[in-house]
Amino acid sequence: MQIPWDIIIIQTVNGIVTGMILALVASGLTLIFGIMDVVNFAHGELFMLGAYMGVVTLAATGNFWLALLSATAIVALLGALLQVVTLRPLLGRDPLYTILATFGISLVLQNYALWQFGPVARKIQEPFSGQFTLFYLQYPWYRLLIALLSAAMIGGLYLFLKYGRFGVWIRATTQDRVMAQAMGIPVPWVHTGVFAMGAGMAAASGVLFGPLVGVNHTMGLDWVLKAFIVVVVGGMGNLVGSIAASIFISLLEAYASIWVSPSQAIIVSSIVLILTLLFRPTGLFVPTPK
Amino acid sequence: MSSPSPAPEPLIVVEGVHTYYGKSHILNGVSLAVGRGEVVALVGRNGVGKSTTLKTIMGIVDASQGRVLYQGQPISGLPSHKLARIGIAYVPEDRRIFRLLTVMENLRTGLDRQGVSEARKRQLLDKLFAYFPRLAERRGQAGGTLSGGEQQMLAIGRAMMLEPKIILLDEPTEGLMPRMVSQIRQIIDVLHNDGVAILLVEQNVPLTLQASQRVYFMEKGAVQHHAAAAELSVDHPIIHKYLGV
Repeated sequence: MQIPWDIIIIQTVNGIVTGMILALVASGLTLIFGIMDVVNFAHGELFMLGAYMGVVTLAATGNFWLALLSATAIVALLGALLQVVTLRPLLGRDPLYTILATFGISLVLQNYALWQFGPVARKIQEPFSGQFTLFYLQYPWYRLLIALLSAAMIGGLYLFLKYGRFGVWIRATTQDRVMAQAMGIPVPWVHTGVFAMGAGMAAASGVLFGPLVGVNHTMGLDWVLKAFIVVVVGGMGNLVGSIAASIFISLLEAYASIWVSPSQAIIVSSIVLILTLLFRPTGLFVPTPK
Repeated sequence: MSSPSPAPEPLIVVEGVHTYYGKSHILNGVSLAVGRGEVVALVGRNGVGKSTTLKTIMGIVDASQGRVLYQGQPISGLPSHKLARIGIAYVPEDRRIFRLLTVMENLRTGLDRQGVSEARKRQLLDKLFAYFPRLAERRGQAGGTLSGGEQQMLAIGRAMMLEPKIILLDEPTEGLMPRMVSQIRQIIDVLHNDGVAILLVEQNVPLTLQASQRVYFMEKGAVQHHAAAAELSVDHPIIHKYLGV
């Protein structure tokens, strides 16, 4: 059976767009894991909370970009507070404690959102509603914009990590926490900063993705599950690997949905996860250990 | 042998420090002092607690009893990043450079501090690269790709970027070829001439005796004896007793 080129191109665009949003969610998650060894089960709820912050700020100001910025900043601050109050005291303990702590945070945030905003999904109005013709489809410009914005944010994060003073501190702490501290790097605050950055990135993704789906208290679950798969497939704590895995898995799902329904295509990511764990548990996008 | 008088103005004083790893009692009341600008050696057989003493001073390991004073102020319990900021630098036994960071980035971890001007950073780097030209040549190279000797240069250079008043130097010549050992010896002299105190843990007895002014001998987790380095030689009975040379 021959697949028409137009379908392949459309699905490639879809896969890359979804992959970039996923990469933005996953990069916050992988950053937190890489530096703190914390598997943040509350990441999806920070994504959801960002979207709700976007809803509230947009309703108050009518400005999408202001909503994006303020939701990112508020959830980043909340992330910093959560880290100081709940995770910092657990530093050096068994990872199970931090897993339980973040799982507890996720339940609290999810139920808070349900109590505060109710079960009915809210909508974030996209900043513009133009479309362009992609073969037989009217493709929204906004989808391309969020892919570009995600890429820009991830690129900004990369440059920050590579050249910024705090970025060097983060990379040093990731490699050797004890020695980083002995070199005068305030490791506890680096942890707080990284958690805040991860939370802010999750919130930004929530606001950007809000116009495409309804905002509700469970919206983070699907994304964070997929982000966890991406983090494992990309190599735990490996930022570049996570980005590559996001695009790889999203493209696979997009191509799979040529033949099966999109809900069935999600199975592909689970298959990739299982195969990765079986044959390359260190991740697909990390160099082979010598 | 007469006990040497301690330095008139002590920079670091360790008083009766006890340290445990789990249930193992490692340090059993260590007491010592290092004066400003003084090079003091801490020697003893493997496993007597020399490295743990340095880690305890640096706040990497907690002391369960006793105290550490720095410039007269108690510093026990302070996190190591605060100790680094007030002038205590640590060069560990296994170097522990940041392997994925370049040479420059490794140096930046000590250099990028509040209150250090760009001109001062330049001065510190120029001075370091004058001592270790090899590091200048390899400034863009990842730390993990350097040879053992270059990694040791980087570990010491990284500590120098903190402009410390004292460096806790653990086995700096371990596993290095003789040419590198003499370079490490030279850098200890340079630091001493610059007024930086050094607490040196070293197995190389001739180097220890040449580089230091005083020597503390450790056994069973405590300082058992101390002497002026000038009064000791490689075949001195004290050296035989505590080092089994």
